[in-house]
Amino acid sequence: MKTSQPHPLERLAGKVQPRNRQFWDHAFRWMCVAVASISILFLIVLLISILYQGVSSLNWNFLVHYPEPNPTNAGIGPALWGTIWVCIVCGVFALPIGVATAVFLEEFQPRSKWLRRCHSFIQLNITNLAGVPSVVYGILGLTLFVSMAGQFGTAKEPYMSFGVKYYDQFLSAGERALLVPIEDPSMPATVVVPGMKALNNDGDWVEVNVVKSRRDMPRDDAGREYALVEGRSSGRIQKPSWYFFRLPFGRSVLAGAFTLMLVILPIVIISSQEAIRGVPRSLREAGLGLAATKWQVVRNVTLPAAIPGIMTGSILAMSRAIGEAAPILILAGAIFITSSPSSLMDDFTVMPLQIFDWASRPQHGFHQVAAAGIILLLGILFIFNSVAVLIRQFAHTKSS
Amino acid sequence: MATLIESTPDVERKRNFRFRSLTATYVKELGVKSLLGACAALSVLTTLAIVVVLFTEASRFFQADDVYCDAAVVEDGVSHKCGSFVATSTRDSAGTQVACSTCGKLHTMPAEVTLVGFLTGSKWQPLIGRESEKKFGVWALITGTLLVSVIAMCLALPLGLITAIYLSEYANAHVRATIKPTLEVLAGIPTVVYGFFALTVITPTLKTFHDGFNTFNAMAGGIAVGILCLPIVSSLVEDALQAVPRSLREGAYGMGATKFEVSTKVVVPAALSGIISAFLLAVSRAVGETMIVALCVGSRPQMSLDPRDDMQTMTGWMVQMVLGDVSNYDVEYLSMYAVAALLFLMTLALTFAGNLVRRRFREEYQ
Amino acid sequence: MNELETTMVSKPTTFIPPGDERDSNEKTIVIEMDEFSAWYGDFQALHHLKLAVPEKRVTSFIGPSGCGKSTLLKWINRMNDIVPTAHAKGTLRLPDIDILARSTDVVALRRRIGMVFQKPNPFPKSIYDNVAFGPRIHYAGLSRNDLDDLVEWALKKSALWEEVKDRLNQSALGLSGGQQQRLCIARAIAIGPEILLMDEPCSALDPASTDKIEDLIYEIRKQYTIVIVTHNMQQAARCSDRTVFFFEGKIVEEGPTRSLFTNPKSKQTEDYVTGKFG
Ligand SMILES: Nc1ncnc2c1ncn2[C@@H]1O[C@H](COP(=O)(O)OP(=O)(O)OP(=O)(O)O)[C@@H](O)[C@H]1O
Ligand SMILES: [Mg+2]
Repeated sequence: MKTSQPHPLERLAGKVQPRNRQFWDHAFRWMCVAVASISILFLIVLLISILYQGVSSLNWNFLVHYPEPNPTNAGIGPALWGTIWVCIVCGVFALPIGVATAVFLEEFQPRSKWLRRCHSFIQLNITNLAGVPSVVYGILGLTLFVSMAGQFGTAKEPYMSFGVKYYDQFLSAGERALLVPIEDPSMPATVVVPGMKALNNDGDWVEVNVVKSRRDMPRDDAGREYALVEGRSSGRIQKPSWYFFRLPFGRSVLAGAFTLMLVILPIVIISSQEAIRGVPRSLREAGLGLAATKWQVVRNVTLPAAIPGIMTGSILAMSRAIGEAAPILILAGAIFITSSPSSLMDDFTVMPLQIFDWASRPQHGFHQVAAAGIILLLGILFIFNSVAVLIRQFAHTKSS
Repeated sequence: MATLIESTPDVERKRNFRFRSLTATYVKELGVKSLLGACAALSVLTTLAIVVVLFTEASRFFQADDVYCDAAVVEDGVSHKCGSFVATSTRDSAGTQVACSTCGKLHTMPAEVTLVGFLTGSKWQPLIGRESEKKFGVWALITGTLLVSVIAMCLALPLGLITAIYLSEYANAHVRATIKPTLEVLAGIPTVVYGFFALTVITPTLKTFHDGFNTFNAMAGGIAVGILCLPIVSSLVEDALQAVPRSLREGAYGMGATKFEVSTKVVVPAALSGIISAFLLAVSRAVGETMIVALCVGSRPQMSLDPRDDMQTMTGWMVQMVLGDVSNYDVEYLSMYAVAALLFLMTLALTFAGNLVRRRFREEYQ
Repeated sequence: MNELETTMVSKPTTFIPPGDERDSNEKTIVIEMDEFSAWYGDFQALHHLKLAVPEKRVTSFIGPSGCGKSTLLKWINRMNDIVPTAHAKGTLRLPDIDILARSTDVVALRRRIGMVFQKPNPFPKSIYDNVAFGPRIHYAGLSRNDLDDLVEWALKKSALWEEVKDRLNQSALGLSGGQQQRLCIARAIAIGPEILLMDEPCSALDPASTDKIEDLIYEIRKQYTIVIVTHNMQQAARCSDRTVFFFEGKIVEEGPTRSLFTNPKSKQTEDYVTGKFG
């Protein structure tokens, strides 16, 4: 053993000083705290400003009225119902398909090399779909569902339809309508001819009193009821029943729901996959070891264990669908809707779109109703998310 | 199967149990599997549909300057349509009409639309002037998109990164329990709400600081998109930081490093690819953002980098198109598909790169 | 008759390997392998194995960690099908079935070959549902009564009945580790397999529970062909009739437990069973 060498730092004594490391540590910690609080600040400012602007307009009328041109009377009724319709239909399609896809990707991984490639291709594809902007889905929906690329006629003259009756409507005096049922919507509009029959307001067949000209109109009210001037042409109307269906979909609830389905499918799939992946491998092995088939294991073991996670993910996906405006805006465009949808083929609007419509107007009054709409929207989303949190906690306490 | 029954335990033998037919099970299995597979195939179909729809319609846009001559020509006593395509390549700046070289009929000079002109042009003027004066240079829109995204990222990246470091390295359970839900709530707020917030709160605030801000300006949009991206960045980065093995941190602490040194010199560099992927994904989100920019950035396509001015982004143009009443066959309506196709390619490249980097990162540590 | 016999054969308590009174040569062979090799991707985990497992006997697999015991076990009931990279060559068969053949119906195979895993893995369901899981999916026309009987029988067989008979509808996750493992055995035998594979069934358990499981194995070996993987020499010696010693994917020595432990032919085996390495 040689005599111990001095440590290299000893030779440098006096020249190097320990750096003031503690200072930086503290400074950084405080910066972190400040920055992290910024997000809380953002949230608080956002909520307060919206409450401040909107709370005065939030009342029962606002919930039930249609969006009248006067901001003080304007309401969000049709948009609320539109959101409910679209989101229910969207969920009915998106959730089963999403979970099925997740199960397929996680539990049915094939053994052959070629099929494995297909599998990972689908996986890659889904990751990329999750990154596609929702506005692009809107364009897809507009082309694929609304007009079906023009391959099936137009919404007015659909290629095929059922559950709808078309009428040619004549307005006789006193806002009474006379209806002539039409078989084929592509037929030219009916013209008043002598001896024609039509349906009255009560749906009964009546003989139309055809007169030569406006001057020949009967004077008395009863006589005028079924009187029409010869040669007058009519307006085409449609009376849908609740099961009305047509191709193409037009700017309808179904088109909107399908478009939103495409938007949220990747989210449902990815979150369900995570939930399924979270189920311990040993449970699956136990099932397979008991000679269950893959599907039996999925149905009896994996899915029940993954259901809380899947539900949480699905709820978050649905709240995304509720708040999504861009795709609906693209496919519905600027439309003024005054009634709630009553069939899948009805025109519709949704709450975020109505809010956008109000917010984009210059008048201050509309900004207030927009804020009221936002409060309602955030309230609904809050309920959704609370349910998700509850499920998560319930599952947590149950499993531990 | 007879041997099976023989070998089953005595109780079962007594009761004469029957094994379920496996054929039925397998038929069911196959049916279920095909059904699930069909669902999975739907996602591939979606991608395919996006690509086909965007690119066929975009190609119609690029063919919009081929004028089809529909003049009636009488040849040998038979009338038919001229049917030739009028070459518009020899356009001069003043020309508002162009003649068919076959039959001589005059047609309105169409707007000049070429792929090169679209991708390199800097003027976007589809709605003003005569047909022949319309200009489709997408850079005017890309500038708007980029400006908004850059402002957003200047806000979201540093804030998101630091929030993530704080959450992952510093915060105790108590603080996490406040900040995490806040971020989750921020992430769950619909974008139209942010747009409204930008229009009614951010812009007026900006105006009180500086008079130059327009009612519609890129700055407010950028800030709102930044707030939107903040939770995305912070949660993705936090995941990346958490994936760094404990042993690495312990090694650094063992050498007497402070928390700051461990975070910035060990953990962040180790998670760098994860952080980069988070940034890329956030940028892709910002580029595709629609409602915020439609509400508060305005609708003036211009090549300007002034954040106080109103601009138009690519998504903003699409919204303007669907809100206006242009016919489905107009060239400006078709331009929407070309813009959408470009946007799709941009975000696809960003998400692809982001996921690639992330996958690489995961492989490093798992 | 069976009951009588098992109660009369008392369980050895000290480290004395059981006698070779029941000579395996007289027994029918149920699992037979020859030139059996298995891979994970390019990594060869098992090399040219030749082995015959006799019927209604306990065969134990011993060997240092990573030598391929679990791999072989998982090939016997084709659990390796869920590992995409796993593949195998050679002969591995039951008297009437080629296990490795593509056409082999794995579900039918696994009905005959049950498996118990290293860590107890009961389903997060009730105790009753855990045991009833197999019968429910495999048997047609099972009445509620039949099912009750079957569950009771399986739980009795696995010496768990007394402990759980009052809480059949409670979650199986509430049981202790040892009880859970016995439940897993009950669950496996409820289907009525011929062969029971056990991969270190006691490694996650305390000595008392281990004792119970060993008793149980001792009990049921009259009815089942049992293959057990273990790291515990005493366990192998106590409850198995034949022992196979693996080293680096190869079978080094194989024979009646007593002779393998008391009179090993190979130096490696001797070192291992005497605890010099491994
Ligand atoms: N799924 C797998 N993929 C790749 N290699 C594997 C896989 N499972 C096991 N191996 C490898 O195969 C070899 C044998 O593993 P096996 O699990 O059969 O060992 P073992 O004898 O059961 O060990 P232990 O006593 O620790 O359980 C090991 O080298 C292991 O690394
Ligand atoms: Mg093992």
